[in-house]
Amino acid sequence: MSDLAGSVAVITGAASGMGNASAVLLAERGAQVVLVDMNPNIAPFATELEGVAHVGSVADSAFCDGVIAATEESAGAVDILVNAAGTIVRADAVDTSDEDWRRIFSVNIDGLFYMSRAAARGMVARGRGSIVNFGSIWGDVGGPGHSAYAATKGAVHQLTKSMALEHARHGVRVNAVVPGEIRTPMLSSERDRPPTEDELHALADRAVPMGRLGDPREVAEVVAFLASDASSYMTGSLVTVDAGYTAR
Amino acid sequence: MSDFTDKAVLITGGNSGIGRAAALQFAAAGAGVLIAARRLDESQAVVSEIEATGGKAHAVACDVRKSADCDAAVEACLERFGGLDVLFNNAGIIYRDISALETTDEQWAQTMAVNATGTFLMSRAAVAVMAARGGGAIVNNASYFGVVGGRGVAAYSAAKGAVVLLTKAMALDHARQGVRINCVCPGSVDTPMLRGEMEEMGGIAAVRPQFEEKHPIGRIATPQEIAAAVLYLASDEAGFITGAALPIDGGLTAG
Repeated sequence: MSDLAGSVAVITGAASGMGNASAVLLAERGAQVVLVDMNPNIAPFATELEGVAHVGSVADSAFCDGVIAATEESAGAVDILVNAAGTIVRADAVDTSDEDWRRIFSVNIDGLFYMSRAAARGMVARGRGSIVNFGSIWGDVGGPGHSAYAATKGAVHQLTKSMALEHARHGVRVNAVVPGEIRTPMLSSERDRPPTEDELHALADRAVPMGRLGDPREVAEVVAFLASDASSYMTGSLVTVDAGYTAR
Repeated sequence: MSDFTDKAVLITGGNSGIGRAAALQFAAAGAGVLIAARRLDESQAVVSEIEATGGKAHAVACDVRKSADCDAAVEACLERFGGLDVLFNNAGIIYRDISALETTDEQWAQTMAVNATGTFLMSRAAVAVMAARGGGAIVNNASYFGVVGGRGVAAYSAAKGAVVLLTKAMALDHARQGVRINCVCPGSVDTPMLRGEMEEMGGIAAVRPQFEEKHPIGRIATPQEIAAAVLYLASDEAGFITGAALPIDGGLTAG
C-alpha cells in the first residue's frame, strides 16, 4: 500500500467526486492535504481532514501561484499535486458557444497547466515531486456530444506526456489517471435533470464491460498509487481506470 | 490524383507551408480555393500563383482566434464558390524550446487560441453549412506532438492533443450527417515555420541533421507530401474514413 506519511499534497477540485475521494484517501495514507476548489464547502471539509483550504478558481493563474507559494511557505514543500478540477459541456461542437468553449478550456486545461507550472518549479528545485492529472477516456476516444470536453482531455493527456519528458531527469514524475464512467456529481451536471438510477444502470449495462459504474474511491486508489513512491518508475503514463471501456 | 472539380475548399493559414502546398494541389485538382489567413498580401500572392495556371482562388483576411472572422470566411466561401465541400484547418503556431515552467500565460493562451480554439471555431462554422448541404469533409492539421509528448513543446503538444480529440469527438457527432472529420499528424516538415524554429535553435545547417536523424526514414517531409494526404482524406476515396488521426511522419511514432 502506498504510504504518504510526511508528504504534502495539493488537490484541486476537492469539493466533490473523484477530487474529493482523492483528498480523503491521500489524507488517510498520511499526507498533509491542501484542498483547492471554487466551492467554499471545502473549508469545513479541510478542517475534518486536518488540512488547509484555498477557495478560488484554477482558471486564474495568480490564484494558482498563490496556492503553491502559500503551501511552500507554511508546509515547506509541495510533494504531490493532484489536478482533479474539471467541468463539462454537454453539446455537439456545432451547439457549443464561444463562452462554453472558453469556460471548459479555462478550467480543464488552463487551470491544470497553471497549477502544474507553479508546483513543478519548486519540485524541480527540490528534486522531488509527483503530479497526477485527471485525464478521461474521452481524451483517448472521441465523445459524441462532448466535443469540447474531449478536446480538453486530449490536451491534458499530451501536456502530461510532454511535462513528463521535460522533468524526467529532475526527480519529478507526471502521470494521469484516465477514468471511465464513475458515479460522481459530474454525471448529473449540465443536464436538464439528473439521470435516474434505472438510466444509470442502463448506461453501465450498455457501455461498461464490467457492467457497473465506478466508485470515486476506486479512482482515488490509483491516484494515491501514482502520487506515491510505489510508482517510482512511472512517468508520462496514462493509467486507464474504466472497467474495460476503452479495451474494445 | 483525386478530382475536386467544382468543389469549394476553405484553407486556414493557406498562404504558407503545408497550407500553401494544399491550396496549390486542391486548385490543380479543379477546386475553388478560399485562403483564409491573417496576412492578406501573402494570401494574394498564392491566389495570383493559382490564377496564373488557370485555377480558381480567393483570399480573405481571417484571424481564426475570432469567431466572427471564421463565420465570415465560411460566408465568403459560399458566396464566391457557391458551396463549402472541404475545410482544411491548417493555421497553427508554435513556441519551441520552452518547457511548461518557462511558458508564460500569454504564450499558453496564444498557443491554445490559434491551434485549438481556431480549429473549433472554424469547424463549428463549417459543419453546420456542410450538414445542411448534405455533407463535406474536414481535415485538421494536428501533429505527431498530438500523439506523443515532446521536450520543450508542452503548450503546443497540449493544443495538438486537443485537436486530435476534437477531431474524433466531432467525427462521431456528425457521422450520420455525411460530414467526415479527420486529422493528419505530420512529423517534421520543411516549412517556413520549421525553418524559423531551426534558426532560433542554432541555425538550419547545424540543426537540420538532428531533425532528419530522428525520423526513421532519415529525412524531413516536404509540404507537398502532407498536402497529398490532406487531399486524400478530403476526397471521396476516403469515404469510409472518419475520426482518424493519420500519421505522416516517416515512421517517427511507429516505435
